[in-house]
Amino acid sequence: MAAPRSSASSEPATPLRHRHLLDLSTYGAAELLHLLDTAQEFRDVLDRPIRQVPTLQGTSVASLFFEPSTRTKLSFNLAASRLSAETISLSKSGSSVTKGETLKDTARNVEAMKVDLVVLRHSSPGAPHFLARCTDSVIINAGDGAHAHPTQALLDVLTMRAHVDSFEDLRVSIIGDIAHSRVARSNVQALTTLGAEVTLCGPATMLPVEMEAALDVRTTTRLDAALDGCDIAMALRIQMERQDEGLFPSTREYHRQFGITLNHLRRHPNLLIMHPGPVNRGIELSDAVVDHERAIILSQVTNGVALRMAVLYLLAPQREAA
Amino acid sequence: MSSTNRIQAQLMTARDLGRTLDRMAQQILESIDPEEAQAPAEAFAFVGMQTRGVHLARRLQARIQEQAGVELPLGLLDVTMYRDDVRLQLEQPRIQTTRIPFDVTNRHLVLVDDVVFTGRTGRAALDALMDLGRPASVQFLTIIDRQHREVPIAPDIVGRTVPTLPDEEVRVRVREVDDEDGVWLVQSSPHDAPDTR
Repeated sequence: MAAPRSSASSEPATPLRHRHLLDLSTYGAAELLHLLDTAQEFRDVLDRPIRQVPTLQGTSVASLFFEPSTRTKLSFNLAASRLSAETISLSKSGSSVTKGETLKDTARNVEAMKVDLVVLRHSSPGAPHFLARCTDSVIINAGDGAHAHPTQALLDVLTMRAHVDSFEDLRVSIIGDIAHSRVARSNVQALTTLGAEVTLCGPATMLPVEMEAALDVRTTTRLDAALDGCDIAMALRIQMERQDEGLFPSTREYHRQFGITLNHLRRHPNLLIMHPGPVNRGIELSDAVVDHERAIILSQVTNGVALRMAVLYLLAPQREAA
Repeated sequence: MSSTNRIQAQLMTARDLGRTLDRMAQQILESIDPEEAQAPAEAFAFVGMQTRGVHLARRLQARIQEQAGVELPLGLLDVTMYRDDVRLQLEQPRIQTTRIPFDVTNRHLVLVDDVVFTGRTGRAALDALMDLGRPASVQFLTIIDRQHREVPIAPDIVGRTVPTLPDEEVRVRVREVDDEDGVWLVQSSPHDAPDTR
């Protein structure tokens, strides 16, 4: 028999037009919404007594993490196993990478093991794009340098969606080290495509002036200006090593100028707080803000698994028809 | 009707479909034991399979409400995640809502679909239901049994059995989504891969 089609032949199939998930710059609103809708259905699976479905039985997912990561890697592996896919993992330490194998050769070897999807985390921007060009596997970017972290941004907008009626009237401020943040960049792309207004805020040393024009966003170096009229504030993790580079004087100084505290929550009674984690308590967010009911950081984590299930499901390559 | 499919015959008019549903509702009511201590709304439920099964189940629910004054709960089931051909499709099928607002365990379920063909969708539905709990029983209801089973799935409540050819298709149309009620036998267009129900 020829490749069978969905029984409900009048239902529109997926509007997804991409083979890989490299960054969100070329994803249109219909594609993003389809990913979010699919994630919502998988989100419900996670609340059932049996949190596993047989959807991707026989599919193999390789996670290649050339940079340390705990939650993204765990989240992808959990998403794969919830879909009954097999996973193989490779991290930088204890692999042939430390023996000097190039990225291309590692990927080719993994591909030769007949892997369907490759999840890649790498410190070089563009590494996933390079892999997509030199192998036949479907590539999912799990963070490449300061460039993009598309699944993080998608899970962030999925979390936002549960709290707002539409992206059209939504105002989001992203606060922190914008210049070095792939999370900020991918969020800006997803949010502006969906019609939200984005404000970027941080110390001038961490907020490139070109961004305003290049990304169609507002920028400010004043936290109060960023929080005025804002619905959701997303604080980014400050990397401690940036202090040595002289980008900010001290963590205490940073907290005084850009840290969100209970005073801000009192002044903005509807403001929601997000953070991609891990949080530096007392720096980006005060202790009380992290534990506040308007901080929706943990639902970001649960949504991460559902969103990654949707990405794996929608990008899993089709098998040759029997 | 879609222009790519040539209509062979009309199998049921709107009136026929209505009477079939009347009869099916009656059949379901007869299976509810009036001596049973548990209230019917606690012991029974409909599970409509996306998309048309949901609308058909709603109509059965309304008929039972009219005739017996009880509202049996209704759940929505999308079996996409349980299909055996997900990765054989040309494109990944869109996943629709599954919403079962009751505990399936120890409940008698009536699983509602529009057409049964290969039986693979019914197989997927049973697996999906078993993952949600342990129903007391499952009865499979379908408007049309078009035969050509590939797995041993048998409907319990059937509107009509229609012997079909493999390259034909049966279209059950419901006014909620198709603007009209009725059942048609169509010749699938050469560009269309066959239906797999």
